[in-house]
Amino acid sequence: MTTLGIPIPKRPIHPTGVWDWLTTIDHKKIGVLYGVTAFFLFLTGGVEALWMRVQLMGPEADFVTPEVYNQLFTMHATTMIFLGVMPMGAAFFNFLIPLQIGARDVAFPRLNAFSYWTFLAGALILKFSWFMGGAPNAGWFGYAPITGIEYNPGNGIDFWILSLQVLGIASLAAALNFIVTIINMRAPGMSLMRMPLFTWMSFVTAFLLILAFPVITVALIELMFDRFYGTNFFVTSAGANPLLWQHLFWVFGHPEVYILILPAMGIVSEILPTFSKKPLFGYPVIVLSGVVIGFMGWMVWAHHMFTVGLGPVANSVFAVTTMAIAIPTGVKIFSWIGTMWGGSISFKTPMMFAIGFIALFIIGGLSGVMHSSAASDAQQQDTYFIVAHIHYVLFGGAIFAIFGGIYYWFPKMTGKFLGEKLGQLNFWLMFIGMNVTFFPMHFLGLDGMPRRVYTYSEGMGWDYWNLVATVGSVVLALGVLVFLHNFFKTLISGEEAPGDPWDGRTLEWSIPSPPPHYNFVQIPTVSDIDDWWHRKREDDSSLAPVAGSSEDEHDIHLPDPSYWPLVTAVGLFIGAYGLLYTLNIGTFTGFPLFAIVGGSITLVGITAWSLEPVNEPDSDH
Amino acid sequence: MAQAELAHGGHEEHQTTTGLSHKKLLMWAFLGSDCMFFGSLIATYLVYKNRSLGGPLPEDVFDILTTSTSTFVLLMSSMSMVLAYSALTRGNMNGFRIWLLSTCIMGATFLGFQVFEFNEFVNHEVHFECSHLEDLTKFERTFADRCDGTVDEVFIEHAGLTPRTNLFGTTFFVLTGFHGGHVTLGVIWLLAMFFYSLRKGGITPAKHEEVDLAALYWHFVDIVWIIIFTVIYLFGVFPGF
Ligand SMILES: [Cu+2]
Repeated sequence: MTTLGIPIPKRPIHPTGVWDWLTTIDHKKIGVLYGVTAFFLFLTGGVEALWMRVQLMGPEADFVTPEVYNQLFTMHATTMIFLGVMPMGAAFFNFLIPLQIGARDVAFPRLNAFSYWTFLAGALILKFSWFMGGAPNAGWFGYAPITGIEYNPGNGIDFWILSLQVLGIASLAAALNFIVTIINMRAPGMSLMRMPLFTWMSFVTAFLLILAFPVITVALIELMFDRFYGTNFFVTSAGANPLLWQHLFWVFGHPEVYILILPAMGIVSEILPTFSKKPLFGYPVIVLSGVVIGFMGWMVWAHHMFTVGLGPVANSVFAVTTMAIAIPTGVKIFSWIGTMWGGSISFKTPMMFAIGFIALFIIGGLSGVMHSSAASDAQQQDTYFIVAHIHYVLFGGAIFAIFGGIYYWFPKMTGKFLGEKLGQLNFWLMFIGMNVTFFPMHFLGLDGMPRRVYTYSEGMGWDYWNLVATVGSVVLALGVLVFLHNFFKTLISGEEAPGDPWDGRTLEWSIPSPPPHYNFVQIPTVSDIDDWWHRKREDDSSLAPVAGSSEDEHDIHLPDPSYWPLVTAVGLFIGAYGLLYTLNIGTFTGFPLFAIVGGSITLVGITAWSLEPVNEPDSDH
Repeated sequence: MAQAELAHGGHEEHQTTTGLSHKKLLMWAFLGSDCMFFGSLIATYLVYKNRSLGGPLPEDVFDILTTSTSTFVLLMSSMSMVLAYSALTRGNMNGFRIWLLSTCIMGATFLGFQVFEFNEFVNHEVHFECSHLEDLTKFERTFADRCDGTVDEVFIEHAGLTPRTNLFGTTFFVLTGFHGGHVTLGVIWLLAMFFYSLRKGGITPAKHEEVDLAALYWHFVDIVWIIIFTVIYLFGVFPGF
């Protein structure tokens, strides 16, 4: 087939093996790709954390140099936030949203594949920095001007900038896709107020993504132009104001916190009703508080800047807004407890993680309210107290919910149950390990131990709790290892799971496990919140789980696979490096050869993509 | 127009939940995101306004008459985009092509103005007579001490504005540069559509939505320029802002 005279290689209609994964545009497979990749990256971030815990185990250790320590904490946080929690959330978005709203795929399947490959490109750029002259070393917030070329001449910050820019493209594409999917592809009768909570929270998250990411994109562009092209955005000797970066970063950074936690809240809101055998208590209130959190997340950013001297008025205003945001969060927690109240609770592994989430998130939330007071924050800023807080909300919160979600939906994804005994062991090791690691950090912080410092002196009184924290981190790591063991054991010899193993409530449980590639033989018509739960109890045999019937399958037309999303992302990968690695040809310095090559590949990819029909006319399914 | 991407090439046509097409929603959501992008760049410009340690400054380089002209051309291009779309929906393919091409030409003209303007700024020169020192801008006054009685006029050849010169140059070039990039993409998109419309069945009245999307983008880029022109150019040279 040729278009505009360009010979275009044949489209993979029924690819197999590796080609299948490289060209897939099936939201379920892309979800699996996201999940597996993100979990692997989560493990690398965990190794970076353990490395730091070993260094901090005792005073004046020299397990790593200060330079490497700076790289470790920067990479640990950047990895966990952008390559761990966010893409694991994306894995759930991908796998679940079309199933929960009764759709056969997302609105733009090829854009979805593009999001994944671009995410992978960004992840590789960040992680390869370890082997290409040094990782970034200025914290995940990358405050300018310390990230400026004058104070940070190595390439680490460059990799950090390029990686985050590429990841931003991936997030933007994914968020746009899910916004359109949720608005426009709901099954008949699936009104907004009948949508499952996970889909609702993902919807709010997607809006936060498209509105917050451009802000950090601009900050990164400015920093990049300073570093690459000698502009003055953060050059204080030219009159630049170092607070500009902090404002731009935290205007993005605080909504980012909700980008991390809202999907987790959505997961917990799915698990709790199922294992309590009760509908979610106060569904509209939980939805509304999620939306309110999404709005209020924009009004609190300067609580990260209480100590930079914004003045008492600004500090007071941001202290009050920050305290106020605890209200919708508290409403959610009461609704979750209300859901469990009086229910016949079954303490299966997903439920354990969900309950663990609530307990740990309350602790993290409370310490958050403590430093919402500007005066109190002045004491806690840059101490281990903040480290404790962030790990209670992001590890005890987001990661626990994600583990719960994995245990909950694994049977749907693979048709097999993750082992329950190993699951309980997994939970308790992580729960105990997490508390032993991070709770002592409250004491260390209040005792004045600064964060992001590679060691501490003997006699500061910090030895004991640091040793305890390191022991806890080993327990935590054991918990993760038990999970990995459980994962592979299940894949090899797991117990078969039926379509609806937990007596679920939402539409994804109405189809077989694993779902057929077209999801629903017939698009369901929805008439209730928790529609599937109600249909099961109407005792109408015509509404039994719809198994795929071969006769119907032929009439379902799904988009064909495509390799252009991958090609486009490869172009971005090369192009991003090309901005950094320029050539000097004769007198012409800084010739961006690789940027041009990468840009051209991307252009070819986009052009071929836009000329390629969604379905080949002659494809037969 | 209200059919899912999934349905193209399929046997049945799925209606979308809202009746709007996926692509239209995608475009609106993207433009919302782009608002935050330009909003952040404009905010940066405003934060650094009047904070440059040296010149040239807006009153030294801006030529409101030139930029008003290019602004007018860009505004007119939006009108011709509307006419192109309306011709297409009425089935007037020739009218569509003519108006689409004139939109491209006006967009390219705007870009030409921008290149010219950037070039002028980079090669800015300071030139004044020592008898008229009271009319000088702040930047020009920094050279006033060269009027030491031995010369009648001062001529500084290398007093240009680049992205590296000062905070004004940095913020101005990056903001307007990214806007120019958006216009360039738009011109390429519209040109591609023009050539595509020359092919049989490439663009037909039934596919008017493809053009509608490009038009939406084009108008958005135009509106952003109106804001830039007002906030950066007009407020930059008229005192009191
Ligand atoms: Cu915050």
